[in-house]
Amino acid sequence: MIRDVLSPFTAWKNLFREPVTIKDPLNERPGSARYRGFHQNDLDKCIGCGTCETICQNGAIDMLPVDGVPAKLGDSGLRPRIDYGRCCWCALCVDVCMTGSLTMSNEYKWIESDPDKYLYMPGVDKKHWDNAELGYRRHEERHLSPGDRVDMPELHAEERIGSFIEMVKGYDIAQAQLEADRCVSCGLCIASCPAHMAIPDYIKAVRNGDYERGVQLLYETNPFSQVCGRVCTHCCESACAARHEGDPIAIRWLKRHIIDQVPQERILQLIGKPAAPTGKKVAIVGAGPAGLTTAFDLARLGHAVTVFEAQAAGGGMTRYGIPEYRLPYDALDRDIAVITAMGVEIKYNHRVGTDISMQQLETDYDAVVLAIGLHQGRSTRIPGSDHPQVRKAVDLLRQITTGEKIDVPKSMVVIGGGNVAMDIARSMARLQMQQYGEIRVTLTALEDKAHFLADPVEVKESIEEQINILDSRGPQACVIDADGKLLGLKTWKVLSIFDEDRRFAPKYDPADEQIHEGKMIVEAIGQMADVSLLGDALTEKLEWNRGRIQIDPNGRTSEHWLWSAGDCVKGPDVINAVADGHRVATSIHCVLTQQEAKI
Amino acid sequence: MFELDRSQYPQKKPDGTLDIDLSSGKYLKLWQGPQHPGITGNMAIELTVCGDEVVEGKTHVGYLHRGFEKLMERRTFMQCFPIVCRICVPEPDFNEYCYAAAVEELAGLEVPEMANWIRTLILEMGRINSYLMYLGGQAGALGLGVIGQWTTYVRDLMLDRFEELTGARIYHMFILPGGVRDRLPEGFAGRMEKALQEIESTLGDVEKVMFHNAVFKKRTVGVGVIEAGWVDSYGITGPNARAAGVAKDVRKDQPYLVYPELDFELVTGKDSDIYARADVRRRDLLLSVDLIRQILAKMPKTGEVMAKLPNVLHWKIPRGETYVRGECSRGEYGYYLVTDGSGYPRRVNVRGPSYTHSIALFERMVINANISDVAALLVSLHTYPPEIER
Repeated sequence: MIRDVLSPFTAWKNLFREPVTIKDPLNERPGSARYRGFHQNDLDKCIGCGTCETICQNGAIDMLPVDGVPAKLGDSGLRPRIDYGRCCWCALCVDVCMTGSLTMSNEYKWIESDPDKYLYMPGVDKKHWDNAELGYRRHEERHLSPGDRVDMPELHAEERIGSFIEMVKGYDIAQAQLEADRCVSCGLCIASCPAHMAIPDYIKAVRNGDYERGVQLLYETNPFSQVCGRVCTHCCESACAARHEGDPIAIRWLKRHIIDQVPQERILQLIGKPAAPTGKKVAIVGAGPAGLTTAFDLARLGHAVTVFEAQAAGGGMTRYGIPEYRLPYDALDRDIAVITAMGVEIKYNHRVGTDISMQQLETDYDAVVLAIGLHQGRSTRIPGSDHPQVRKAVDLLRQITTGEKIDVPKSMVVIGGGNVAMDIARSMARLQMQQYGEIRVTLTALEDKAHFLADPVEVKESIEEQINILDSRGPQACVIDADGKLLGLKTWKVLSIFDEDRRFAPKYDPADEQIHEGKMIVEAIGQMADVSLLGDALTEKLEWNRGRIQIDPNGRTSEHWLWSAGDCVKGPDVINAVADGHRVATSIHCVLTQQEAKI
Repeated sequence: MFELDRSQYPQKKPDGTLDIDLSSGKYLKLWQGPQHPGITGNMAIELTVCGDEVVEGKTHVGYLHRGFEKLMERRTFMQCFPIVCRICVPEPDFNEYCYAAAVEELAGLEVPEMANWIRTLILEMGRINSYLMYLGGQAGALGLGVIGQWTTYVRDLMLDRFEELTGARIYHMFILPGGVRDRLPEGFAGRMEKALQEIESTLGDVEKVMFHNAVFKKRTVGVGVIEAGWVDSYGITGPNARAAGVAKDVRKDQPYLVYPELDFELVTGKDSDIYARADVRRRDLLLSVDLIRQILAKMPKTGEVMAKLPNVLHWKIPRGETYVRGECSRGEYGYYLVTDGSGYPRRVNVRGPSYTHSIALFERMVINANISDVAALLVSLHTYPPEIER
């Protein structure tokens, strides 16, 4: 008992202790290395994807435009502003940041008399903690979202080299859902797509397994989903937020997955019937993606559309330029079947200019669209390029498609470093394999490997298929012997391609000369439109712009009845042609229905 | 069971209600709280006193209601994670753990072993914080202000450890569905040991000044007794039950995390008065100190801390329901989670021990208490109002 009376007095021993409190602000006490303090944002790394805004459960983050940060491909130009009246410093925004630009400093003191100052844009509003080295950082590996792209099952090089079977097999449902799960729905892709497809929405449809909704979304902006799901140049993927730490979302493959899941009859039901007939007639020259997109849009609006196609089948460059191993013809046929189901009449084997004149079209129809593509190959015009065994890639590709007999050479040289060069090299390699059991294709490109024009995947796959790719080689002459037999191609090493003004003016090193053996040389250096169908009078009347027909922003030419769309006026791929088709269709519809063009 | 053992005041009316005539001058209504030093946080007690004896007590809560359970129904599973810690300020980690464990169970996630060790460590650190705060409060309610100063100091040492481990001092937000955010920082165990030694030394002082203190004993021994028979009928858990000699502890009864691998005995008392409850908590605190040492010695040195999660922005969890519980410093903490296959919880129900202790039990115990003991009595039940009003 006496102990209980005396014992409390031991507290007096603390009388002579120093205080343990920190006299703030006289003594600065820095936050720990992991402290979740005020935010930092590396403006150059930030792409304004808004994932931080999406995850913030307080609604503390708003994405706002910033002076000096323009919107561009893969960057919305917006940057996060954080309301420090709402923020709870949970750091989920840092954890889900797609680029790792958003971090937290270990600073925790900020005194301000104006509450509005706490609407804070990290990185934009300069603060003394902007360069603080300590503070919360996300792990190298993102924990809150899966990182790796789901690999697309493909045929191996050995399996695919002997045939034209489609090499990409397509995702199954489980793979597609895993891949779709990676998407953060930021929408940077929409701005980059020429047709502005509703990409995050159709990826969501994949996640939810709602493929019918997916098909509806696809057809809102693109009647060529079979084609684009296989061979689109996918600008979207180069804008994808996921590409900053890993591979972009496989948007193209997911599009193909959607369209693969829904039977053709159901697709037709989902699109619905065209509008009541308007009594207006539109003629379209060329059944490629641009022409058929225009036709599809106009037919759905109730106009009577007739498409004139010189070849025996539709698809234009997608059929006659893209090899079957990349785009099987039945996939293309399915897209075209949906378009014709809308009431579009396609007259095959009707060459305008020969079978029917442009003047006739002008008289018979309310509007005419020229969508003739680029079917004429350009020549290098080097000595010997007029030899019969020196061919143009587009002509050869067309022959392969139509099944014409081709005299396959045992060895050959391709000039060019673009996708068409790869297409012809790989197609001919397959034919060589079928005929001779071995591949001897040499491809020479002006560019060095780092600046190849072809898609990197194409280059990789070509090498897998034993194509001998030589970079920085400039063609000088086709070597022909005394008997007029083609021996090969002479090239010099390229020193530079452009001059100081970025004009095309290649410089070579004649000392580094090589002869590449080949019984055939294929020129794949670009194409141009064959405008001979216009006739002299119309050619004279139309306004031209550097060899191309002059069009206004809606695709209308200087002749009030004539529009032009696709590769022949703009380029250079399917999705741009589709976008062009929509634009022209809208313009024609506005004119035919007496409305002011709103674009 | 709620029929109270009352003194002769007040008499009952024929209809069974109490015969309290405030105009008689015999009784006085007295509000303790919501702003009052003798109350734990944001709640109020409406007392009816007769002289200095309490004849009726009613708790009033709602001053802190933010509707967490409802808020969570409109947030994705990952977005709920920063909210849950706010349901209990002094010991937030149990919310994080129970919520994360419930989500993981329904989503079928396997948490890496390393994460389980770190979770256990954090929960024990949180328990120490909570008890240190309680000791200061219990002593303070009886006028021993100096104890609060000491425990607040050593609690700050533990907050420093929390800060270097989790990046925050109070709302740690470290245990998220799938695992924990990070590994232990370099040299953490050494600094933790220093803090633990300081805590032990301070507890020695606390024992001398608070527990061997004639005044404290006079005010607490034999006051506020919880009968062992009430434990089940009132749903009493934690130190409140253990001080009554009922060995109830989720860590032993239904071991979770890495508790099966730790060597410890339950701390129990027998007198079940305010003093016994304070003493049980003091000894439980020392047990936590020992457990932290065991964890730091036994835990693996390397390993993953996070399971592979799907993209949390659109994380859907299959239909299901579960109840996950753990032993916090005040008793059984539990999360009842229902999912319906969507990206949001269908229902979250938080079982905080303070609810039963500070409402049903306290209203029972305050009858016939001396008005000067009410604060000490309420503090001795160790309640935190935010978890009453989720």
